[in-house]
Amino acid sequence: MDETVIEAKQISRYFLASKKGLLESVFRREIPIVRAVDQVDININRGEVVALVGESGCGKTTLGRLLTTLETPTSGEIIFKGEPITEHNKAKFRGKIQLVFQNPLESLDPRMALRDIVVEPLERMNLSSAEKTSMFESALSYVGLDSHVFAYRRPSDLSGGQRQRVAVARAIVSNPEFVVLDEPTSALDASVQSQVLNLLVKLHKNFGFAYLFITHNIAVARYVSDRVAIMYAGKVVETGPTAQVMTHPKHPYTQALLSAVPTTENKDLVPPVGEVPSLINPPSGCRFHPRCPYVMEICKTTEPKLRVSEGEEVACWLYK
Amino acid sequence: MTAQSTELQYETLQVHDLSIVYKTIYGDLKAVNKLNLSLRRAESVAVVGESGSGKSTLGLSIVKLLPGNARYKEGSITLNGQDVEKLKDRDLTRMRGSSAFMIFQDPLNALNPVKRVKDQMYEALNTRNSREGGTLDKEAGLKELIESLRSVRMPDPELIINRYPHQLSGGQIQRVVIAMGLLMRPKLLIADEPTSALDVTIQAQVLKLMRDLQKEYGMSILFVTHDISIAYAVSDRIIVMYAGEIVEDGPTEKVIRKSLHPYSQALIASIPKKTKDQGDLTTITGSPPNMLNPPSGCRFHPRCPFVMEKCLTTSPNFVENDDRRVRCFLYGG
Repeated sequence: MDETVIEAKQISRYFLASKKGLLESVFRREIPIVRAVDQVDININRGEVVALVGESGCGKTTLGRLLTTLETPTSGEIIFKGEPITEHNKAKFRGKIQLVFQNPLESLDPRMALRDIVVEPLERMNLSSAEKTSMFESALSYVGLDSHVFAYRRPSDLSGGQRQRVAVARAIVSNPEFVVLDEPTSALDASVQSQVLNLLVKLHKNFGFAYLFITHNIAVARYVSDRVAIMYAGKVVETGPTAQVMTHPKHPYTQALLSAVPTTENKDLVPPVGEVPSLINPPSGCRFHPRCPYVMEICKTTEPKLRVSEGEEVACWLYK
Repeated sequence: MTAQSTELQYETLQVHDLSIVYKTIYGDLKAVNKLNLSLRRAESVAVVGESGSGKSTLGLSIVKLLPGNARYKEGSITLNGQDVEKLKDRDLTRMRGSSAFMIFQDPLNALNPVKRVKDQMYEALNTRNSREGGTLDKEAGLKELIESLRSVRMPDPELIINRYPHQLSGGQIQRVVIAMGLLMRPKLLIADEPTSALDVTIQAQVLKLMRDLQKEYGMSILFVTHDISIAYAVSDRIIVMYAGEIVEDGPTEKVIRKSLHPYSQALIASIPKKTKDQGDLTTITGSPPNMLNPPSGCRFHPRCPFVMEKCLTTSPNFVENDDRRVRCFLYGG
């Protein structure tokens, strides 16, 4: 059961903060670098749901895109079932790794019929039209849509919840082993959100897909995930079993995040001070130190690594 | 609500039988239908509903900022004793700011990108001064600007004030906008999803700030949101809207702990509180209604688990009990 499906080792992705133009080349001007994901280790086992939680700009979407081969890492390596993914062989992993985006209105081609959208991932498999149709029909029935009604409709004919179901059908049609879900329910209304969450959990239980569930919603993360990874400013700061991290968060940032989330249980929000740091020029040492209530001398100079502490991993000098 | 005339003067906002329609090529879209609502001084009310429930239309109608195809079909809005609909453009400008101030979802569009924060805030101060008939002293004005930024918990206001909007973060801009609102000393702050573009930790800062301001300045708040957890954090009273109508209205704690209307119950139950091993989440079947042609009778009946014969044909009236009201036949109607 504990077989690793996908593993990232010291993976980083840097972007240039602006385009490199002629002037910059001539005068050899340095362009600032955005460290969106900075030396992150993460592994996901077969049939496991890992929630990746963090605020906007912490690099969680970039990490999801790296794991689905949509981005090429600046450094580090990604291993899929024991085989490293490289620039040359990444095409062969495409059917095994799928992605569902946040906004289905933008991620589905408005001019394609639903059947063509859903079977597009099967393009390279040399299947006959009849085989594709039968796969389309079963994928659509798994997500609870009637394939006869919807086959030749277009995305604009559907409601938000239905569109997201189509996006899910497209992701599972090639029978992947690993699916990245990037905020799949954030654009949906509360009543529709729970329908889609129920669907995702049902598919996970039936087919044993491993999910990386990217979200900023703590309640959603608690519902779907077995394990949770908390990201802050391009780094994973804490990872462990969901129930344990949610009830006894170790990293001061996780604690701050959990107490800042409005729930119907807790009326008094305790927001952390300060702003989200810039990724161009991140704080020295531990990146949370300017906002941390427990800051020590060592935090300002030396960066803590993820260390095992009581069944989970945490990157903080309080737990060395 | 039947407010007695002695009580009336304490009401900051009175909305009476308000109906608003949008003209579209498919026909009239009935966004708000016969809505009654009143807001007391220093009261914080959250309006909760899904997209298309008419909650944003309600907020915009109060400051008369509805898009051109909207019509006030019937009813009235009284803000601090003034009938909003009858106000002329000149008086409207005066009203927006002194009586009501609105902040929007996307703070990045609220400021002028080519002017310094300082100059934009001066405008707010100028408006107030000309209203009060005073003249503006530059020195004292600057001091007041910095003070107002400090009161919205802005770090280093002396530096921020000389920056341009693009040099600030979303949370900082939202705080500048709120500070500008405060300079105008409005009696009512209307906030339409003011934190959805912000991060969770910044959101918590802004929500806490609004709570503090309500207490410090006696400002009333009308907070429009789709997130019932945020509504719980920010309000004294919650109004639940569905398909252009209020379905439930009551004190926050009571509505959250024991909601009456099946729709509010479903909305609260749909917040994930368990883990996937403890079973499926509660869902609301069906999809939100088409407002061009809303369902007959009770508008929630096609999705309601307790639907009865008369729900299909007759629209229920409010059942009032103590400080709560609910529009449902389960409680009489």
